[in-house]
Amino acid sequence: MSSAKIFAIALLGALLAGCPQNTIPDPDPSDTAYGGDAGATTDGAGSGDLFGGETIDDPFAGELGTVIYFDFDSSEVRAQDQELVSRHAMDLINNPRSKVRLEGHTDERGSREYNIGLGERRAQAVRRMLMIQGVAGSQISTVSFGEERPDAMGNSESDYAQNRRVGFKY
Amino acid sequence: MNEEIVLNKLRWITCVLVLLTGAANAELVIDVQGIAQPTPVAIVAFGWEGDTPEMPLDVAEVIINDLTRSGRFAPISANDMLQKPTDGADVDFSDWTILGVEAVVVGKVIQTGENVYKLQFQLFDTYGRRQLVGYRMFASRGTIRSAAHRAADMIYEKLTGIKGVFGTKVAYITAEQRGDERLYSLVVSDQDGENERKIVESTDPIMSPAWSPDSRQLAYVSFEGSRSSIFVQTVRTGNRFPVSNKPGINGAPSFSPDGRKLVVTLGGVEGNLDIYVLDITTRQTRRLTTHRAIDTEGAWSPDGRHIYFTSDRSGGPQVYRISVNGGTPERITFEGSYNARPRLSPDGTRLAMVHNDRGNFRIAVMDLERKHLLVLSTGQQDESPSFAPNSDSLIYATRQGGDGVLETVSADGLIRLKMASGQGDVREPVWSPYPRY
Repeated sequence: MSSAKIFAIALLGALLAGCPQNTIPDPDPSDTAYGGDAGATTDGAGSGDLFGGETIDDPFAGELGTVIYFDFDSSEVRAQDQELVSRHAMDLINNPRSKVRLEGHTDERGSREYNIGLGERRAQAVRRMLMIQGVAGSQISTVSFGEERPDAMGNSESDYAQNRRVGFKY
Repeated sequence: MNEEIVLNKLRWITCVLVLLTGAANAELVIDVQGIAQPTPVAIVAFGWEGDTPEMPLDVAEVIINDLTRSGRFAPISANDMLQKPTDGADVDFSDWTILGVEAVVVGKVIQTGENVYKLQFQLFDTYGRRQLVGYRMFASRGTIRSAAHRAADMIYEKLTGIKGVFGTKVAYITAEQRGDERLYSLVVSDQDGENERKIVESTDPIMSPAWSPDSRQLAYVSFEGSRSSIFVQTVRTGNRFPVSNKPGINGAPSFSPDGRKLVVTLGGVEGNLDIYVLDITTRQTRRLTTHRAIDTEGAWSPDGRHIYFTSDRSGGPQVYRISVNGGTPERITFEGSYNARPRLSPDGTRLAMVHNDRGNFRIAVMDLERKHLLVLSTGQQDESPSFAPNSDSLIYATRQGGDGVLETVSADGLIRLKMASGQGDVREPVWSPYPRY
């Protein structure tokens, strides 16, 4: 794949990641029932609307890409993405109260829970790179969605390439 | 194979398709691809004695579907029957042997109360001219389908010597696009795709369902709030509670044979995935593996002594096992570069896994004693094998036109059955243990 094409994919990913997303209220993690007889009656008293809300998109997020892509079966940050990671590191160091969630993803091949592990490996590679540059560990969290949240739904090589990624979520 | 048999076979395949697509609420459509030659049998329409013109359920149809889907039997068409008795005393054996039918089932449903039904059936060996089993049970409108499956189980076991699994359930995950959102569901259905119910719905991914040994609960992973947590949910009531929501990965739950513990994968802040045993009541965890590699997808051996798991400590993923008391893991798989998601047969003799077969991810089963590996599926991205409780067949997910669909296959690879999904991407099927009657 040419570097221009990689750049185009990265740019597309960055643009997509910058798009507004519907914010979903978190279900109360306590003893909540879905479906079934008792389902309708159980509800958490703490999940009222008072503290509900929506995230506001960072107007400058478009300047700084928020997705980086990985080679097949690799968790190594590619050379062309290292500057982007460094710029995120600078932002985080300059804004110590800012927090980032690194979301690791894989393509759809192979076993799902093992892919959760591979996605985590990618997120951790980015986390380590941020920390080496001075970002506090407390500013970073990681989550791996494995193959569960593909960006591209097809099953061509280019779809797979678009799904092997780590997203920066502020 | 002569033309007539081929035609007959085609006829019953088509028949099953029509029956099931016609049924209301059935998301799964069944398509049989039998390789073995099925035995001709006859299930006569059941008699009905009750208040209403029709019985609450066509019991014979349920039994016909069950036996047909096993791939081992070819129930003959009602049009070909020379007699249609509903009582064993009226069976004329020569009317059946002349058709080549080896076994005949007759029965009736008798209403004995407002919502009480007596279901009775008898199975006869037509050539031996004797009753093989006769049974009577009570049911309500809500349980008569289960009673019919139970009758099919008893017939199947008598004729094959293998315990039937028609009364069992299957849980699986679906993902559907709804506008801008992707909607994930955990679904429970009868093993024939009927009675389908969504028991969890979320706009965040749900994965890795696992049945408790008493088949009353399901453990699963949910990403609600963009973090992974493991929940245990009672299937009947829908009540659920979180059992693990530590920082980092909480994944791959699987119940211990006594139902008190789960083997889980935890990753922690540093993201080093290891195998832990989690006590469901106390929520205390005990770490079993400590390797830097990915250790995940733990599965308990049926005798409770070992945990089988996937690890890439040797490079690519392979299956290992470790004593539940800890110690040094022992590598189990050596054939090929990719073996993951181990699942033990309930009789403990075989190990199912996802195996990279010359570039294709397929379901393979290894005989644990002889170490022989048999590839059972034919797709390119098959995943999530799960044994039926009789250890005789497996269910797994495969791909068809981009979407996931479910297939079952006999453990010898001879009988494969497609369950094409009506809607969405269907994956991660898990076969329930036997129900408690």
